[in-house]
Amino acid sequence: MAIVPPASPMQTNREDVVAVVAPPLEVPKRLRFVTRALLTLWSNRKARAGLVILGFFILVAIFAPWLAPHSPTATSFRPYQNPNAVNWLGTTGNGQDVLSQMIYGTRVSLLVGLGAGLLATCLALIIGLVAGFRPGVVDDVLSFSTNLALVLPGLPLMIVIAAYLRSNSMWMILLVIGFTGWATGARVMRSQTATLRTRDFVTAATFSGQRLFRIVFREILPNMISLAAASFFGAATAAVIAAASLEFLGLGNPNTVSWGSILYWAENDNALLTGQWVLVFVPGLAIVLLALSFILINFGIDALSNPRLRER
Amino acid sequence: MIGLRYFARKGAMFLLTLWAAVTLNFIIPRLMPGSPVQATLARLAAGGQTVTEATKRAIEIQLGLPHSSLWTQYLDYLVNISRLRFGMTYSITDESVAHAILAAAPWTLVLVGTSTVIAFVVGTLLGVYAGWRRQTRVDSVVTVSSTFFSAFPPFFLGLLLLYFLGFKYHMFPLTGGYTPGLVPQLTLSFLGNAVYHSILPAVTLVVTSLAGWVLGMRNNMINTLGEDYVLFAEANGLRNRTIALLYVARNALLPNVTGFGLALGAVIGGSVLVESIFGYPGIGSLLLLAVDNRDYPLMQAIFLLITVSMLVTIFLVDLLYGLLDPRVREA
Repeated sequence: MAIVPPASPMQTNREDVVAVVAPPLEVPKRLRFVTRALLTLWSNRKARAGLVILGFFILVAIFAPWLAPHSPTATSFRPYQNPNAVNWLGTTGNGQDVLSQMIYGTRVSLLVGLGAGLLATCLALIIGLVAGFRPGVVDDVLSFSTNLALVLPGLPLMIVIAAYLRSNSMWMILLVIGFTGWATGARVMRSQTATLRTRDFVTAATFSGQRLFRIVFREILPNMISLAAASFFGAATAAVIAAASLEFLGLGNPNTVSWGSILYWAENDNALLTGQWVLVFVPGLAIVLLALSFILINFGIDALSNPRLRER
Repeated sequence: MIGLRYFARKGAMFLLTLWAAVTLNFIIPRLMPGSPVQATLARLAAGGQTVTEATKRAIEIQLGLPHSSLWTQYLDYLVNISRLRFGMTYSITDESVAHAILAAAPWTLVLVGTSTVIAFVVGTLLGVYAGWRRQTRVDSVVTVSSTFFSAFPPFFLGLLLLYFLGFKYHMFPLTGGYTPGLVPQLTLSFLGNAVYHSILPAVTLVVTSLAGWVLGMRNNMINTLGEDYVLFAEANGLRNRTIALLYVARNALLPNVTGFGLALGAVIGGSVLVESIFGYPGIGSLLLLAVDNRDYPLMQAIFLLITVSMLVTIFLVDLLYGLLDPRVREA
């Protein structure tokens, strides 16, 4: 039987979807939900490419100690080497192996991208849900803050905050990006919650005496999952690019091994002018590929929730 | 007049947001750990100078460290910015913040403004074409390549262009807004020189921002193509091009126009990254200079400028919307 994605997750009966997409497997309910989501994503060509790239990076990050040929911080090689048999991607100005740095750097880039994306999405969900569910003063205040945060310029704001904070750890970058990137998602989620709030099933739940907490988490939240997923991958894309940009500008910790700091040192050592273009090209390409994988997965999520965008 | 309430509400909202942004600009630096005096002392100490109590007092006087209450500081701040007095920058000797910004702003306005307009026009047209010819080879080429470029951090594309076209093949200059030694003036030869220097940054900005317009427009086109009136127009035997341009594109354009308004508001913020790698003498480079020198007055003023220009643009777009679309006024 062909895999037919559901017309729209919020209008289709849940039992139907499970029957059509995932043949009844004997797995716990929560796991079944994840499998179903992955299978539907997998059926979209672009999303499949994105999942493959993301999976590759996750594997590299997990198995970094086994994959890396040398220590990423050891300064034991001749500096400024071009690619050769020992150092496949050459060495940095400090005599570190670039390939090992790339492999270990995957951890930082993935962590900052996914972590900041998750933080931004959680903030967006909370603010959006509360604002959409509490019309009146609460909604007015939250919507006002959301619009204000939308107006503040992203990268300049991050640069200024990072400059004021002066502690330049990876976590600081993660927090700054997460706390500046929630506004777009919050606005979308607020309007979605506001429309859901007046639907019959929510009214029914209210009349049957369910508590607000339960209504929000059991009735509303499940209908926002595709929106939250789209918002997450959007935020993660922005976070990967923003983290690389901040590190490139020297606002991160240049001693952390990450793709952005390889670029920072390359720029500091004028790598392009000394012919060491590998130092710029390889980390740059890795950042492009990681961001691209998030964008591609988002295409799949878009197609899930909007049938008109689906590939024929 | 019916629309008066709409405009009054938008105006009140604008003033409120403006006040909030100006106040945030006052609060953020004061929430952060450390003070400019400590930063300067640390820099002096790192430079090998002995720091005494007298040095500290001298720096406090030089920076005008306020001993007054936070409330008085806030009122002073409001009075000063309403008179456009932002103090002296300490990144450039003997230069006021206002002067430094005025010197940098035209460069950014011309470079980023032109690039934004080009990216919007080209991107929207490409999006119209890709959406109309959806599921064809042209569509996939346009969609895939713009998706690919939207994943490019602007500085990476800039570095690649700089390396290949600037360094390898010597087609373009490596850095700066004009050849060093020239005096900025409004002559044809100087303008030509400036344009020549701005080609690579402009290409970087256009290519990295093109994707948003293309993909957004394509999605809107596809959504609009599913409307009943399009089917009706087809059934009536209208020519394809007429339907695409006059029926579909015209209705699908609105979200992109809104986005264009916002993009214009962001112009003055420029692209910090692109200006930085091309050493372009604009607002973005100035912001980085301020960050490097912990130049708080300059940093604050630039941030304020970027935010306020964004707010003003959004306000103008809102007003324009109210004028163009009666439905918005009544909502």
